[in-house]
Amino acid sequence: MRADYDVVVVGAGPAGSMAAQVASQQGVRVALLEKDGEIGIPVRCAEATSEVDLQRLIEIQPQWIANYVTRARLFAPTLQSVEIPLPSRGIILYRRLFDSGLAEAAARAGVEVFTKAYVSGVDFNRQPPLVTVNYRQEVKQIRAKIVIAADGVESRVARWAGIRTQTVLKDIESCAQYLMGNLETVTDSIDFYFSSRWAPGGYAWVFPKGKSVANVGLGVNCAWRNTYTPLAHLDAFCQELFPQGTRLATVVGGVPVAQTLKQIVADHLLVVGDAARQANPVTGGGILAAITAGQLAGTVAAEAIKKNTYRAEFLMRYQRAWARTVGRDYARFYKIKEWMLTLKDDDLNHIADSLQQYAPADLSLLTVFKVALTKHPRLLWLALKLFAGYK
Amino acid sequence: MIEVDVELCDHCGTCVAVCPMDCMLLSVNTLHIVADLCNGCGACVRVCPLGALKKVAKQGELQQ
Repeated sequence: MRADYDVVVVGAGPAGSMAAQVASQQGVRVALLEKDGEIGIPVRCAEATSEVDLQRLIEIQPQWIANYVTRARLFAPTLQSVEIPLPSRGIILYRRLFDSGLAEAAARAGVEVFTKAYVSGVDFNRQPPLVTVNYRQEVKQIRAKIVIAADGVESRVARWAGIRTQTVLKDIESCAQYLMGNLETVTDSIDFYFSSRWAPGGYAWVFPKGKSVANVGLGVNCAWRNTYTPLAHLDAFCQELFPQGTRLATVVGGVPVAQTLKQIVADHLLVVGDAARQANPVTGGGILAAITAGQLAGTVAAEAIKKNTYRAEFLMRYQRAWARTVGRDYARFYKIKEWMLTLKDDDLNHIADSLQQYAPADLSLLTVFKVALTKHPRLLWLALKLFAGYK
Repeated sequence: MIEVDVELCDHCGTCVAVCPMDCMLLSVNTLHIVADLCNGCGACVRVCPLGALKKVAKQGELQQ
């Protein structure tokens, strides 16, 4: 580990590894610091994403893919279901292999990768900022012209630069998941269960990784949380639907269903991924957002190094690029999420009922949305309030 | 103030994301709570997926 780098990336998840790789490809000197001992572990993810969208961003390695899915089944509280063909094939990843694969790609691009490297502070008042790293029982100090904060939902790096990252309860889903075996999975379908009984303010999911193994989990909106923990909700859900299932692993974590932080750059700093609250507010999916943001941030960081300019005004290029692309979609999705939070179990049952007359091939998420609005005036009213600012 | 059950805590960091006082921090497999900064709001207790956090009275303070 050197005492100087052009760019120091904190956190080797998809956002961090991607930013590091892209910056290094532009010829700048990059260190990627991961606090845990093995990249990709622990997995804190339900591991589903879209193949086409991911392929558009990176080259997918076949060993990362556990399973392919082509349809989604949405279950109402009564367990009446609606089946929707996915607009394009979905994949269930092995995140452990995916994350280590991305870090390795960064290393091949020239990035110096360190594990068990815990960043305990960044002094942004110094020129350049001074990063304090606990590494192999030593405390090291690194000067970094640019710091990229990719330190996840628990991010503190951005706070050290004075950015407010505190997220309100309704914008966080508290999640629990089992890797479950001894199931009879429907291998080509990802399943979503909506009910205030199972997952208040969120949903439960079953994402098959193989013929008998699936990620079975749920997220509870923290503002809606009752006396039961998400893990207790998950136990109840599994008891009811998969009593024969065996729990091979337990995964917990928080998923931001927020708007992107108002400020994702500061002098010498770029914030990416969950740390910037860049996740799809409807689904909670964060992989595509992380990769996109990592690529944008890595590019801008390298430009800044070449131009020798590290002020927030220049780094705003990254924030603007995000806001123009994925950020704009997610701002819309955030409103849909707010609308979905107003749905009661009865509404969900009625929507499922109204959709029974459609053949799966005729259904898309848009149709579901349209039917929900046209057949149920109360929901249309709520949607108007949110989307048109109509009070 | 907030107490963490170290047996239950899985170091997922969800509590850190909602803490308004910046008094929680995650290092390698350990959750630290800086008691002096804590205002006792209990946001962290509400978000913990495992119920590993609980509010306790400070010494000399009556438990409500």
